[in-house]
Amino acid sequence: MDELMLEIQNVSKEYMLGQIGGTTLREELQRRRARRLRLEDPTKKIGEKEYTFGEKYLALDSVSFSVKKGERVGIIGHNGAGKSTLLKLISRVTAPTSGRIGLNGRVASMLEIGTGFHGELTGRENIYMNGAILGMKKREIDAKIEDIIEFSECRKFIDTPVKRYSSGMYVKLAFAVAAHLDAEIMIMDEVLAVGDMAFQKKCLEKMSDISRSEGRSILYVSHNMNTIRQLCDRCIVLDHGKVVFDGDVEEAINAYMNIRGNTAETVYLEDLERAPEFSPHPVTMTELQCLDAMNSVYPVGSRIEFNLTCISEMDIEEAHLRIIIKTAIGEPVTMITTDKGVALSRDRHEHLFFQTDISRLVPGRYALSPIIYEVNELGSYVNLDGLKDVFCFEVAQTPGFNNNMLWSSRYWGFFYNQPLCVRKGH
Amino acid sequence: MSQQFKTEITSEHHLFDLHIKETFQYRDLIFLFVKRDFTAQYKQTILGPLWAIIQPLLTTLVFTVVFGNLAKLTTADVPGGYVVPGFLFYMCGNICWGYFSSTLGATSNTFLNNRETMGKVYYPRLVAPVSTAFSRLISFAIQFVMLIVFWLFFMLRGGTDIRITPMLLMIPLLIVQMIMLAVGIGIIISSVTTKYRDLAMLVGFGLDLWRYGSPIAYGLGMIPKKYQGVYMLNPVSPILTAFRKAVFGFGYFNLKYFLISWVITIVVFMIGLILFSRIERTFMDTI
Repeated sequence: MDELMLEIQNVSKEYMLGQIGGTTLREELQRRRARRLRLEDPTKKIGEKEYTFGEKYLALDSVSFSVKKGERVGIIGHNGAGKSTLLKLISRVTAPTSGRIGLNGRVASMLEIGTGFHGELTGRENIYMNGAILGMKKREIDAKIEDIIEFSECRKFIDTPVKRYSSGMYVKLAFAVAAHLDAEIMIMDEVLAVGDMAFQKKCLEKMSDISRSEGRSILYVSHNMNTIRQLCDRCIVLDHGKVVFDGDVEEAINAYMNIRGNTAETVYLEDLERAPEFSPHPVTMTELQCLDAMNSVYPVGSRIEFNLTCISEMDIEEAHLRIIIKTAIGEPVTMITTDKGVALSRDRHEHLFFQTDISRLVPGRYALSPIIYEVNELGSYVNLDGLKDVFCFEVAQTPGFNNNMLWSSRYWGFFYNQPLCVRKGH
Repeated sequence: MSQQFKTEITSEHHLFDLHIKETFQYRDLIFLFVKRDFTAQYKQTILGPLWAIIQPLLTTLVFTVVFGNLAKLTTADVPGGYVVPGFLFYMCGNICWGYFSSTLGATSNTFLNNRETMGKVYYPRLVAPVSTAFSRLISFAIQFVMLIVFWLFFMLRGGTDIRITPMLLMIPLLIVQMIMLAVGIGIIISSVTTKYRDLAMLVGFGLDLWRYGSPIAYGLGMIPKKYQGVYMLNPVSPILTAFRKAVFGFGYFNLKYFLISWVITIVVFMIGLILFSRIERTFMDTI
């Protein structure tokens, strides 16, 4: 069982920034001429940032790992961490800039639902088509087609063109095909997000099952930690194109959640890089101090008190504060803002005290983003400064909460309300 | 490096790594693609594959009227007073050119048209242009049957010099050459258009010009002797004249130009394959 199915050695993928692709020959020649004569680039849009042609971006930076036969590996990481690029390289959609990937068998990739489905063809024809794309022979598919149709729950519609399918049916069929084809390595990128709950469960079970019984290796990318927990026996965390963790699933999920933000008592904000919408920023937040840090773990029903220090380049009559709360994996939860703002004086360190109400948040990990803004005379707001996800905290389950059941945010959201009161009678 | 892998993906690329064998292994996929193209093409049309006949038939009629009756261009490839119905003459040229230009046009969009699937799964990319060439071949076959019907009709009616000669056996060779030339040019264009879309604009226009630079609307006899040497360097010209000689039993065939045309075809085809296999590795990043 120790046979390697996939080995990735020092793989890097570099993308060029700036205008490439979709340009016309004329534009390219104009640019070349301009560069030679040291003129301003004529194809550049007015006001666009300085020309970045030729600047390189490393989407993957010497990534190495290997997958054994029958292993089910989860890959997690924030947006832009390089997960999709990695899967693209393994499924041979594009070639690496350097490094080497060894594959021991066929790869079935489901980077998106219904890969290679053609709307005009019927479900049955598409099964053959998808199989053939994976390099299977017609008689190999013949042998499996009954199982596929059975699993897809689409028997009634199997001879209808797939353009008339609902999105759920589409996924079911696509998954059924991928799961039954003879690929030794399966690559899945959050395709399960669409099907209904029962089908999702069925898929996860089927995947575990085939990887155990037939020794297939699975690479699974998801933002949904629960499915990662259910399916995978190993997990890789990617961050900025590098493997930052490789091993046990629970530890990986913890590592992943700690990448973002800072849970220290005082967060220094002055030198943190601002997102484009906050630069330039007339106000600079310098420090965010949490007054009751508690290791950043709060029981359900808490409030957090903060002291925010900032300095302004000009006098501001009424500066407002906005706090955005997101989950640790980046889904927005809510926003809290000030009713009445405060005045900021020029070039003076101002200390702002505020209290954030997190009492209705359900157990889980969250990140908090402070933004300072003002409302101008036209009634629209102007950002003065803002930072994303600078403070992370966890809301912990308290005994008795939700009758001691695990809160499933996927179906119930992130807020709870006062308990229901039920009485008998009218 | 302890283990040998079945497939290796590296950043290096060898010039002659053309995936020909792999493409052959995917012949079931080629077959399915051909079937898909053909069904998708005529789906929701009333006349269906009949369209494959109607189009060249009408073009041939127009050519017969405009170039034959009005402009009175000669339909003779060689002097000698051989009699051949103008209608049959134009039909030969039109179905050959129709196949050539539609295959070239379709394969020149290989990457653009297939980026949806190619962006998500791997299969030898050459499968796409190859199956395009084959699916157009079905239409060509239907048209060829139509040509035979008219050919028989004119033969039986008499009054022409058409005769059956061993040249007929050359037709498959000519078709192979047309496929190679069209696919070769098509994949060169598709490789270059992943970065520069300009060329795609040029294809339709260029094909139009090319048509009138080839002996389709007129016989080779139109071209003065001293320019024929240059004219026959157009690789399509020897194919067309040879095709007509094969069908009619008389006409123009010059081994020298025929071989030159083959050399051009093979060179173009090889350049196409090399360029295509180079581009296919990373075209998703630039398209």
